[in-house]
Amino acid sequence: MYQVGNLVKELSDKHGHARESLMPILQAIVLKHNYLTDEAMVEVARELDISAAEVYGTASFYTFLDTQVKGKYVIRVCKTITCSMKGKSDIIHTLEEMLKIKVGETTADKQFSLIETNCIGWCHKAPAILINELPYTELTPEKVSEIIKDYMLK
Amino acid sequence: MENKGLNKVDIIFEKIDNYEVLAKGFKMDKDAIIQEMLDSGLKGRGGAGFPTGMKWKFTAAEKSPEKYIVCNADEGEPGTFKDREILDRVSNKVHGGMAIAGKAIGAKKGIVYLRGEYRYLLPKLMIELESFHKMIKEIGYDFDIEYRMGSGAYICGEESALFESIEGKRGEPRNKPPYPTVSGVFGKPTSINNVETLVTAMMIIQHGAKNFIQYGTKDSRGSKVFSVSGDTPTPGIFELELGMTVQQFVNEFGDGDTKAVQVGGASGFCVPRKKFAETIIGFEGVPTGGSMKLFNSSRSMYNVLHNYLDFFTEESCGQCTPCRVGCQQLLKGVEKVKKGEAKSTYLNELMKLADTMKIAAKCGLGQSVGNAFKSIVGNFKEEIIY
Repeated sequence: MYQVGNLVKELSDKHGHARESLMPILQAIVLKHNYLTDEAMVEVARELDISAAEVYGTASFYTFLDTQVKGKYVIRVCKTITCSMKGKSDIIHTLEEMLKIKVGETTADKQFSLIETNCIGWCHKAPAILINELPYTELTPEKVSEIIKDYMLK
Repeated sequence: MENKGLNKVDIIFEKIDNYEVLAKGFKMDKDAIIQEMLDSGLKGRGGAGFPTGMKWKFTAAEKSPEKYIVCNADEGEPGTFKDREILDRVSNKVHGGMAIAGKAIGAKKGIVYLRGEYRYLLPKLMIELESFHKMIKEIGYDFDIEYRMGSGAYICGEESALFESIEGKRGEPRNKPPYPTVSGVFGKPTSINNVETLVTAMMIIQHGAKNFIQYGTKDSRGSKVFSVSGDTPTPGIFELELGMTVQQFVNEFGDGDTKAVQVGGASGFCVPRKKFAETIIGFEGVPTGGSMKLFNSSRSMYNVLHNYLDFFTEESCGQCTPCRVGCQQLLKGVEKVKKGEAKSTYLNELMKLADTMKIAAKCGLGQSVGNAFKSIVGNFKEEIIY
C-alpha cells in the first residue's frame, strides 16, 4: 500500500478539475504506483467533485487501471491467437517458474505481477509481453528469463 | 469483378515534404478538399469503410463554433498493428492529415486517442507534435492537437465509446443517432478517422484524387497497409494495392500449407482454402482494417474460434444484453459441443444466436461477433465438433 499524499492534488492542478481530467489523473497515478488504492480514488473524487462510485466505476472499466494491489513491474502476457500459437504458454510457464507465482498473482515482495492480456499489437513478432509500458517481442523462454533477471537486479 | 493482382506500393510511408503538402492543402477551400476526398473514393481504413469525404461533408455542414477532428489510434483488433507502425514512422503525416481534415470540417482542435498498449510511443510522438505545431504556425494556420491515452479497453475503438472515454467516463457506446458528425466528443460535431485514413487523405492532397483512383477497384480505391501474421514466413507490415484475391495473397505470404485466412481480425471473416480464389480482399468481398492472419493445417480452428470468443467475452462492455450474454453463451456453447455435452445440432442454435446478436446488439462489437463465429463454424464444422 502506498500513501497518495499530495499526488492527486498536483495532478488535478496539472490536468484540471473537469470530468474529462479523470482518465489522465488516474493514468498518472497508475503510471507511478501501478494500481489505484481506495484512498487514492476517494481523493480524486474529492478533487473533481464527483462521487467516489463514479471514480471506481470508471477505473474498474479499464483493465490498465487496476484497483487491486500490483507489483512494481506488471508483466502482461498477450494471450490472443497469434501469440497463443507461437508459444505464449512456454513464456507463461517460464515466468511462473521464475517468479514462483501463478497468472493473476503478485510476488510477496511486491516486485512483479503476472497477468494475461488481450492483443497488444505485436502479432508479427509473437509471442509478446508488456512490462509496465515497454513491449518485449519475439520471445523465447531463454530470452524472457534474461529480461526478468535484469528487472530483478533493478 | 476486377482483379488487380498483388502489387506492393509505397504511398503511406513515402517520404514527402510535409510543409509543402500542408501549405497546398491550406490554400484549397474546404469544399475543394471535401470534393477531392469524394472524388478519391477513399473509405475509412479502420475497418468499417465509411466514405471519408461524406464524413467530412456532414461534419462541415453542421453549424457549430466548436468542432473536433479525432484520430482513432485505439488499434485493438487482434492481428492489426499497422497504426502503431504508421505512428512510429510517419506521425507527421497523421498530424498533417488531421489539420487538413480540420480545415475541411471547420475544426481548430484535434485529439488523438492512443491505446494504452502503445504508451511507449508517446515520448517520441510528443517531440514530433511539437515540431508539427511549430510548422503549422510558420504556415500561418491555427490548429492544435492533443493526445489522450486509452487504458486497455478494446471497445474504446468504437467511435462513441472512444468519445465517452475522452470525456472521462466508462467506454460504453452511445445510441445512434445522433451520429458523431452531429454530436461527437463533448457533444460537438466531430469527424473521427482512423490513423491510416488521415495519412491517406494527406497523400491524396499530395498526389490528387485522379492519381489515387488509378489504384484499387471501383469499390475499394487506392492501397492499404496490411498487418500480416500467423503461419507465414514473412510476417509484418505490407502496403498493397486493393483488389487482390485471397489466393494471390496466400501465394505471396502463405507457407505452402495455408488452410484458412482470417481477414479483418476477430471481428472479421474466416476464408477457407476452397474459397481463396473467388474471394476479393476489399469492400466488394471481405473487408479488412488490415488484419490478415494465416492458419496452416497444423492449427485447430476450434482453438482459433475459442480464442476469439474468449476475447469478445472479456472485451464486451456488458452494457447491452445481446452482446454480454450472447458472447458468453457462444463460448460456453462451443465448449459444450466439443466436450460432447451438447449435440452437434446445438451449433445451429448458436448460429441463430449469432444472427440475433447481429440484429440486436447496440454497437459494432456485438454485431460482428457473428462474422468470425459463422464463418469458422460454417466452414470448419468437423473441427468444432470432433
